[in-house]
Amino acid sequence: MSGFDAIVIGAGHNGLACAFDLAKAGRKVLVLETAARAGGAAVTREFTAGFKVSACAHLLFAFPGQLMRDMQLERHGLRMAGRDLPTFALADGGAVRRIDTTQASGPGLSPGDAAAYAALRERLARYAQVVHSVLGMTPPQLTMDTWDDRIAMGKLALRLRMLGRQGMQELLRIAGMNAYDLLDDNLDDALLKGALAFDATLGADYGPRSPGTVLTWLTRLAGEQGAGGLQQPAGGMGALADAMVAALQSVGGELRLNQRVDRVLVEDDKVCGVRLASGETIAAKSVVSSADPRSSFMRLVGPQHLDTGFVRRVDHHRARGLVGKLHLALSGLPRFTGLDPSALAGRIVHSPSMDFLELAFNPSKYREVPENPALEITLPTLNDASLAPAGQHVMSVLVQFVPYDLGPERDAARQRLQQAVLATLERLAPGIGALVTASELLTPIDLEREFGLAGGHWHQGALDFDQFFINRPFPRAQQYRTPLDGFFLCGAGSHPGGGLMGHAGRNAAAQVLAGA
Amino acid sequence: MSLTETDSPMSAQVPRPALAPGLLAPSNSHYRRPLRHTPFYEASQPWIQTDVFVGWAGYCVPDVYSSVEQEYFAIRNNCSIFDLTPMIKYRIAGPDAEAYLNRVVTCDLRKLKVNRVIYTVWCDDDGHVIDDGTVFRFGPQEFRLCTAERQLDWLLDSAIGYDVSIAEVTQEVAALAVQGPTSYSVLKALGLQGLETLTAMGMSHHRWEGYELMVSRTGFTGDLGYELWIAPEGAALLWNRLMIAGHVRGIRPIGYQALDMARIEAGFILPDVDFISCMHTVRIGRESSPWELNLDWTVAMEKGHFTGRRALLAEKQRGVRRKLVGLELEGKHPAHGSLVYSDKANEKQVGEITAALWSPTCKRNLAIAKIDAPHFDSKGDLWVDLYLNRELHWERRNVRAWIVERPFYLPARRRATPPVER
Repeated sequence: MSGFDAIVIGAGHNGLACAFDLAKAGRKVLVLETAARAGGAAVTREFTAGFKVSACAHLLFAFPGQLMRDMQLERHGLRMAGRDLPTFALADGGAVRRIDTTQASGPGLSPGDAAAYAALRERLARYAQVVHSVLGMTPPQLTMDTWDDRIAMGKLALRLRMLGRQGMQELLRIAGMNAYDLLDDNLDDALLKGALAFDATLGADYGPRSPGTVLTWLTRLAGEQGAGGLQQPAGGMGALADAMVAALQSVGGELRLNQRVDRVLVEDDKVCGVRLASGETIAAKSVVSSADPRSSFMRLVGPQHLDTGFVRRVDHHRARGLVGKLHLALSGLPRFTGLDPSALAGRIVHSPSMDFLELAFNPSKYREVPENPALEITLPTLNDASLAPAGQHVMSVLVQFVPYDLGPERDAARQRLQQAVLATLERLAPGIGALVTASELLTPIDLEREFGLAGGHWHQGALDFDQFFINRPFPRAQQYRTPLDGFFLCGAGSHPGGGLMGHAGRNAAAQVLAGA
Repeated sequence: MSLTETDSPMSAQVPRPALAPGLLAPSNSHYRRPLRHTPFYEASQPWIQTDVFVGWAGYCVPDVYSSVEQEYFAIRNNCSIFDLTPMIKYRIAGPDAEAYLNRVVTCDLRKLKVNRVIYTVWCDDDGHVIDDGTVFRFGPQEFRLCTAERQLDWLLDSAIGYDVSIAEVTQEVAALAVQGPTSYSVLKALGLQGLETLTAMGMSHHRWEGYELMVSRTGFTGDLGYELWIAPEGAALLWNRLMIAGHVRGIRPIGYQALDMARIEAGFILPDVDFISCMHTVRIGRESSPWELNLDWTVAMEKGHFTGRRALLAEKQRGVRRKLVGLELEGKHPAHGSLVYSDKANEKQVGEITAALWSPTCKRNLAIAKIDAPHFDSKGDLWVDLYLNRELHWERRNVRAWIVERPFYLPARRRATPPVER
């Protein structure tokens, strides 16, 4: 049978990273992408004439330097327009805190809080290091049947031991906690706590008082450890995808766009290829899906090739995205009260207190949009003027918390949400409304439609304890291998999740290579 | 059946606090009488002599009607009727019914023709048996699955991704087993025609006294026999007419105990007796695979994927750790719950007995036992220790046992078509 050694479904960053590793190892690899462009959630597109934006993910915070080097992405055209971008916590009236990984500052921040923040981050960094050490690891099976499992478990145990007795106790104490209580235990400054709690819940489907939000925060902090601070690729996220595609092609991998895979083909209980929506079939020894677990198993493979208990797990898999996205075309640069214009090139977080954030979360539980949403605001044109006509600007805003299901009055809810975000922005940057010449609002359901993110969830599935590490996405699929011989997962739904890290893709490639 | 407060013996004896209105409504009376009666209950009253009942899947059915021995011999010599209404029944229908059910069970339902019945088991992902039962095919897209235990959740979860409807119909169908050498003649006398061509594991549909009556040539006795399926409204009439039709042919209602004797002779296994459903086991390793239950013939590995197939393949490659086999023992004392040893000194235990019977028909001391590898292939002697209670004096016996073919009892009349009129 002629064909490919491996077909990778989906040209998102994980799919491309996976395909790259496979092609580099000499495998004949084909990447099939439904969309007309590669990148998945890493994509730049024009949202109104002349204005381009990173349509989903808009900043790199966890892209591993290792992947950058292995794929030689700079040689393939990737350039950073912004590096080490600072974060500013901004409240109504102009109160502001500058937040860096080791220190916080700002008028009104007490020396005690500044010191407490530094101490907390130092402590969390050590725990994040443990989490970081497992990001690139294939999660071991608890039965530890193989030496790989035993070694992985041993490494993790060693990492934990290196924390020392107190460190281990403290990590165990806080790992299941909520961010609200942890931050309250350590800090007094409401604005600082609000912004940190925002990071802890960003992309998760919980508010700061929900258990597990320390874990989601630690995961984010762990991702940051291998990366070079907050970065903004020149040309937007699409440039990252373009460079990855070029890297893939340089090692002989093939990419075909506008190819929707309908089915994974199975013969004799083993994967033998795929069938496209066009009816064309392509033979392959392995098929690696970067689609979310539910689509991968229920749509691509189909329950007829899976056991009932396994399908039950697929069915129980939770993926409820709560992040919306607002894109604005601005005729001029807005002025934010309390922020120096130079700060606008950074990341502005509007979550003035943890209670504010929790209140922004509450309505989402009842399929309603928040009156006062929490925001992450960027003005990418300040780092990269090519995204908009000269003198004009693009604003890209993440909006928490926007439910996937907006209820029966969907359009009205969208309108309320957009008005709420614009009203918030108007308070922070008086006069901004007059600068808006065009806008685009994406709610989680739009993210699902446009980027294939199940439930509109950034990570293709909640990063909760029960869907974390050895349980991600669920048992019997947690090692990228699946019960169906030759079928693998490589998307964010697998360990360690999304956030533009590429680990899931690379770990999966290692499993494919180990099996063949 | 609705019960009111006055039906409850407890309320007559014990002063009770006033209950909230509505709590004693007929719909709540199951707190006081948790077990239902079957639609045959009223009609069977005159035949119940001993008032020994047993709970079965939410119903209360006679364990014994008159005497176990008489009932047993009715199965083997005349005609028995057994109320099997409590057996759980699911109606499974829809465009994907065959594909759906074929992924649930281990046998190949694509080969099951309309109006045929097949015995099968079904497994969880690990290849461990959940339950055993029978599948009746009513049409290209309609089946009935009869099971020992309720398992709607498993059946519904198995339906994710399939266009199929699943409904429990246990209460909507009354069922009677008519089993024994004269059963064919009894049904003929009842007015049912065409049964002479009905082969074993076949179904036939009759219009009887205004009711749809389905007859299947199936049963749990290993004898010539049928199972009759009718709407509950027709149950009493069916019972009474059967008694009249069978009067000169020795018909007798039988309870659970007599049936249990017959099923051991027939070599049939019972959940929670010979094996434990993997849904109920607590200890690791107490589950059983179809290989372990010696039900290889029910597993169609070549039919394509079904739940548990990959695990079963792996187990077969690893080797099966134990098997359920038929044993014959010296002497005539049934070895209930005894341990099985490979040596006379009883030093090496290799298994245990799950069901035992002195067979009145075979005149053999029979048992079903699970035996560890490799002893389940043993051609030589095994040893069983027995404890006999002799007027409150316990005696220990060490008896020889050997593995024999199941079924222990397989009369030619079981499959003879047409059956002999008696």
